[in-house]
Amino acid sequence: MARIRVNGTVHEVDAEPETPLLWVLREQIGLTGTKFGCGIAACGACTVHLDGIPMRSCVMQIQDIDEGQEITTIEGLSPDGTHPVQRAWAELDVPQCGYCQSGQIMAAAALLADNPDPSDEDIVAGMTNICRCGTYNRIKAAIKRAAELG
Amino acid sequence: MAGQISISRRGFLASTMAGGLCLGLRIPVPGAAMAQEGAPTEVNAWVVIHPDDTVVIRVARVEMGQGTLTGLAQLVAEELDADWEKVRTEYPTPGESVARNRVWGPFGTYGSQGIRASQQYMREGGATARAMLLRAAADRWGVEPETLTVSRGVISGPDGQTLRYGELAADAAAVEVPSEVTLKDPSQWTIAGQPVKRIDTAPKLDGSQIYSLDHTMPGMLNAAIRQTPVPGGKVAGFDANAVRDMPGVREVVAVGEDAVAVVADTWWRAKTALEALPIEWNEGENADLSMDQIHAMLDEGLEAEEAFIGTSRGDFAAARAEAAQVVEAVYHFPYQHHATMEPMNATALWTPERCEVWTATQDAEAALAATATAADLPIEQCEVYRFTLGGGFGRRASSHDYVHQAVAIAKAMPGTPVKLIWSREEDMLHGCYHPITKAKMVGTLDADGNLTGMHMRISGQSIFAGLMPEALEEGLDPLAFQGLNAESDEGEFGYSVPNLLIDHAMRNPPVRPGFWRGVNNNQNAFYLESFMDELAHAAGRDPLEFRRSLLADHPRHRAVLDAVAEAIGWDSAAPEGVFRGICQHMGYGSYVAAAAEVSVDDQGQLTIHRIVAATDPGQVINPQQIEAQIEGSFAYGLSAALLSEITVSDGRIDQANFDTYPVVTMREMPEVESIVMPSGGFWGGVGEPTIFVAGPAVMNAIFAATGKRVRTLPLASTDLRTG
Repeated sequence: MARIRVNGTVHEVDAEPETPLLWVLREQIGLTGTKFGCGIAACGACTVHLDGIPMRSCVMQIQDIDEGQEITTIEGLSPDGTHPVQRAWAELDVPQCGYCQSGQIMAAAALLADNPDPSDEDIVAGMTNICRCGTYNRIKAAIKRAAELG
Repeated sequence: MAGQISISRRGFLASTMAGGLCLGLRIPVPGAAMAQEGAPTEVNAWVVIHPDDTVVIRVARVEMGQGTLTGLAQLVAEELDADWEKVRTEYPTPGESVARNRVWGPFGTYGSQGIRASQQYMREGGATARAMLLRAAADRWGVEPETLTVSRGVISGPDGQTLRYGELAADAAAVEVPSEVTLKDPSQWTIAGQPVKRIDTAPKLDGSQIYSLDHTMPGMLNAAIRQTPVPGGKVAGFDANAVRDMPGVREVVAVGEDAVAVVADTWWRAKTALEALPIEWNEGENADLSMDQIHAMLDEGLEAEEAFIGTSRGDFAAARAEAAQVVEAVYHFPYQHHATMEPMNATALWTPERCEVWTATQDAEAALAATATAADLPIEQCEVYRFTLGGGFGRRASSHDYVHQAVAIAKAMPGTPVKLIWSREEDMLHGCYHPITKAKMVGTLDADGNLTGMHMRISGQSIFAGLMPEALEEGLDPLAFQGLNAESDEGEFGYSVPNLLIDHAMRNPPVRPGFWRGVNNNQNAFYLESFMDELAHAAGRDPLEFRRSLLADHPRHRAVLDAVAEAIGWDSAAPEGVFRGICQHMGYGSYVAAAAEVSVDDQGQLTIHRIVAATDPGQVINPQQIEAQIEGSFAYGLSAALLSEITVSDGRIDQANFDTYPVVTMREMPEVESIVMPSGGFWGGVGEPTIFVAGPAVMNAIFAATGKRVRTLPLASTDLRTG
């Protein structure tokens, strides 16, 4: 049994110690907003926050997470979907298929928490998630908008 | 645009039945007497109205990011005069469609046809429902419908009385289907044609959107699969006992002849056990397949005596004999993978009496057929429930192999729902790849630099031959000529070349091909528009002027080209060190063009400073979503042009994940300025067309910058260093 704290709630989970956090979130805790895309930390669809730091949960083993650490998923980013990043995303109609957007939003929220007024280069350096629909330019614009809203 | 369209009832039924359609009201529906307090009413197949005035519009085509759900809802809501704020959508199932004589028409969502191929009957569906609601109100008030007005779902009578759609739906469902409906002229549109926000965004922002991969059911198990590493290979044997005692494992299942699946309580445990499962393969006759072999096949096709002639005019041989200058070049476009962000997956529940599948598909009817086949049950005893796709791009239309497999696994465990998820590696190693081709281009110029003739020999793989041989015409593949046809509403060759020969030597390596966003237009546009650039330079002429001089007979082709030329400032000097490229193409009924500004430093590093892209899709339903499609098509098209390639060694696909199949990220993504310029009178697609011009615009600009002609994609294989 592992104990992890997700979105403010402690969960006891029955998973082997090597199990990636992604699959614990999705299969044991039922939080499916965090997506499986590649399994090798290349695409970022599985991005969550660990104590506020953006992490790719598909390669983070459950045994390496301490109960004292706070995991935040897309479901816990804001209680009612009104985080400035979510509002900016809605304003600019960012998602297409939407599958990567949980990860994009979590990466953007972490970027802005660390750097409330990012330059274009800061955004490009901080946003390495893959979007096959190609929403990158709207994501970039929405991050700037979120910085204004924030 | 046709403007006001009147259709007679007889004509409507005749025309719709010919297409396999019928109006929902021809089917018994809950009428006024059956209406319950709080229950929604189906006014017709497309329109369901709730007592609280919520309007549910049924959409058979599927949403995969391209905005079709919103666009079709806009069109129906427009004709219905609904309150857009109260509009929702839902997907009918293919099983319902079978039971109702295909009332919703085709479900297939590919070929950039989601809106253009549905708009007529869906607008008629909206207009018919509106007329029935008006009739119901008129009957209530004892007046003629002509005396009524409608605004945002509220009908007003001559004496100022009002009724809401929600109050009238049950009555409306019971009235006679009107004998004719008049569709609005687009100039009257207030919902369609507007840059309204997508109808499906909110759940994509908080994790609540459920994709197929997120689906779960009580008692559901999870399956991980390994398929033959070599096309045509088979499972020789596996040792299930080696993994049976691993955590969570419930079953090890042979899936067809070429795959093995492990079923466990969680997918991670299934995958972990699968990796420990000893499997022996009979690799078959393709075990030594290499790129050298594939290239040799294609090279032979470039010179072959026999080829399928797609377009022929004048006498190319004579033009060649008389030419002042002959220009020749060989081009190549490699295999590409779709790499949808959501890997292939499906959940199946099989019993001897019924089989149900939950999945992501671009063609739910094809998924239902796959389900019935794999389940060995009549189609009436099967059903497919679908989800918004985590990307499609043609993969989820090319093959429903993942549905077949999920059903096969579930069939081994009757009564237990099983979710099959392909790992990214399985997804990339078992794609339906954009087909491999080469082209030999020969152009002839007279002494004045005029293009007198062109021969375009395409050699390579046919998608039809690989996926659906029944679609071939006497063994030949007309789809090979997308965008190169002499006369076509779908994709017409725009240049007036007096002596023109375009032919295809089909050569099919044993690597499964598929429909990949833009399909054969991708390589055809790259070949033709790069070579047109070569010819312009060989003739000593400006690439824009050279093209324009040959497009006099195709004003729409020329108009989009002119639009991007003007926007990029073709007539004025580019900034120091910045160079331009331009191109145009027609496909999926739309005219597209692009201009690019690039620079290449002395280390060969490319920077794309600016892209301007134009499209004339005839009709515009949502301009801001068309802009989104244009931008997205450049991300996808430039991934293939700059970075991505699927190759084969020892019969195996070499790329298994994004570390070896790099795609455009925000770092490589250029700014894209979109010009949406509908000229009216036709309906073209928008999901794919601008992808055609992404690569050639940039490659032509690279030539301007470096003098290097990129004839083989991706660009990553070309050394752009100067000096």
